[in-house]
Amino acid sequence: MHDAIAALVRDGDTVAIEGFTHLICFSAGHEIIRQGRRDLTLARLTPDLIYDQMIGAGVARKLVFSWMGNPGVGSLHAIRRVCEGDAPTLELEEYSHFGMVARYTAGAMNLPFFPIRSYFETDLPRANPLIRTIASPYGDGEVYAVPPLKPDVTIVHAQRADANGNTQVWGLLGCQKEAAFAADRVIVVVEELVSEDVIRADPNRTIIPGLIVDAVVVEPFGAHPSYAQGHYDRDNRFYLEWEAISREPATLDAWLDEWVHGVPDRAAYLEKLGAERRAALRPSASAPSGSVDYGEYR
Amino acid sequence: MTFSRSEMMIVAAARELRGQRVCFVGVGLPNIAVNLAKLTVAPDLELVYEAGVFGARPARLPLSIGDPTIVTGATAVTSMFELFGFYLQGGLIDVGFLGAAQIDRFGNLNSTVIGEYATPKTRLPGSGGACEIAINARQVFVIMRQSKRSFVERIDFRTSPGNLGGKDGARVRREQGWLGTGPSVVVTDLGVYNFDEDGEMRLDSLHPGATIEAVRDAMAWQPKVSPTLTETAPPSDDELRLVRESLDPEGIYTK
Repeated sequence: MHDAIAALVRDGDTVAIEGFTHLICFSAGHEIIRQGRRDLTLARLTPDLIYDQMIGAGVARKLVFSWMGNPGVGSLHAIRRVCEGDAPTLELEEYSHFGMVARYTAGAMNLPFFPIRSYFETDLPRANPLIRTIASPYGDGEVYAVPPLKPDVTIVHAQRADANGNTQVWGLLGCQKEAAFAADRVIVVVEELVSEDVIRADPNRTIIPGLIVDAVVVEPFGAHPSYAQGHYDRDNRFYLEWEAISREPATLDAWLDEWVHGVPDRAAYLEKLGAERRAALRPSASAPSGSVDYGEYR
Repeated sequence: MTFSRSEMMIVAAARELRGQRVCFVGVGLPNIAVNLAKLTVAPDLELVYEAGVFGARPARLPLSIGDPTIVTGATAVTSMFELFGFYLQGGLIDVGFLGAAQIDRFGNLNSTVIGEYATPKTRLPGSGGACEIAINARQVFVIMRQSKRSFVERIDFRTSPGNLGGKDGARVRREQGWLGTGPSVVVTDLGVYNFDEDGEMRLDSLHPGATIEAVRDAMAWQPKVSPTLTETAPPSDDELRLVRESLDPEGIYTK
């Protein structure tokens, strides 16, 4: 992870660590903090705790997003501290969920904009002038357009990939595929490195081809405290605890010192977390997919 | 059994889903109400989560709208592009459930900021999928606790359009080609409101123990009241048991 972030994430970059509740690559976010990146534009539908931590640590100057909250719990206090009141220091560029997904899609498809039926009669286009109307060229009314979002770097956590970066995900897919295809550089972080045969045995499950991947990092539990379907559950205790940790700059700094700056890498973080805590997050039972027969055609 | 105001609100919201087929579920209170409806008045209800799940069968109350329990055993798991594009914008969602920090008498919702947008007093989460649900779901149900701070004369920011300025709401929606007809019911901890022909909220049912005075004290405008105002039937023992034992055993949302 150290080498991938050092080589591929630069000061001032637009970085998207995607994953909707599921597969949020906290380990990459922590490494970006440790390496002291500055002036990043962070893009994500839901900033979640990962961007609260990164913005609290001072890596970003701007946030592009659609819903900022601690999902199912409450607020992101580190972000709120720098965007509330008379003199906000964090620049915000705000959309809706579908607007963000459409932006990545336009970026991935090399389109100048993407048309959607959102934003009518809302204050969002006033808050963000990049949300604009466009008349249908076929004379049947107006829709809204959002501009392409092309991250310098997209970071995706996944259950498995092969050494070439061919990446498979199951469970919630969010918009990782769109965000990866839209990006200039792609880092894939996986629970498990598998052989090419495993990928080729189930090609429908591949969401990102190695063709667009610049680095593969193997880091089990790299999405903790979010979750990886079939591997571990969300560590909801931490999501609840974050409310108090992020509420005050002092407790946030102490947490960053202990859990990010105070550990050299993910392996050390996991050791500190403890085997018992990790074991408690395993699924209560196995629920394997039925297999399908692709057939052989010679 | 005795019950809390939150339990009454959840049960009343669940009952509104009788006869509905496809419901877009939000986080928190809507999550409990929709899951209760599926276990009671609407067994055929398809639960749709914006995270990309159609036909969810959660085995526990999801901790968030992206919980792994909504995936295991679901009918379909899609990308968010497909979920918002094909299912929602394509017109397949019968009911979208929304909450907000502020609502006005026409059902317009604010979940973005309190105060000025650029220098907010309180920064709220923002739209998420709310603005497109309000526009594209065939109808919208709102569930929120009532207070003078939340039921306001003027919302600070319009995140999700309701009936706009009232009478013109339906016309604007039609002319601009929206699929949604807007909010049809608002369920609070005090009562149930529908919307009249002017697109304005009208109190149609008071929850047991609530009074018109309590309702007036908990909103910033004088509400219209139905001439046939009724009392909401209290939660049944079955409904309460499901809420307490299956859906919210720790009482996170129902205390």
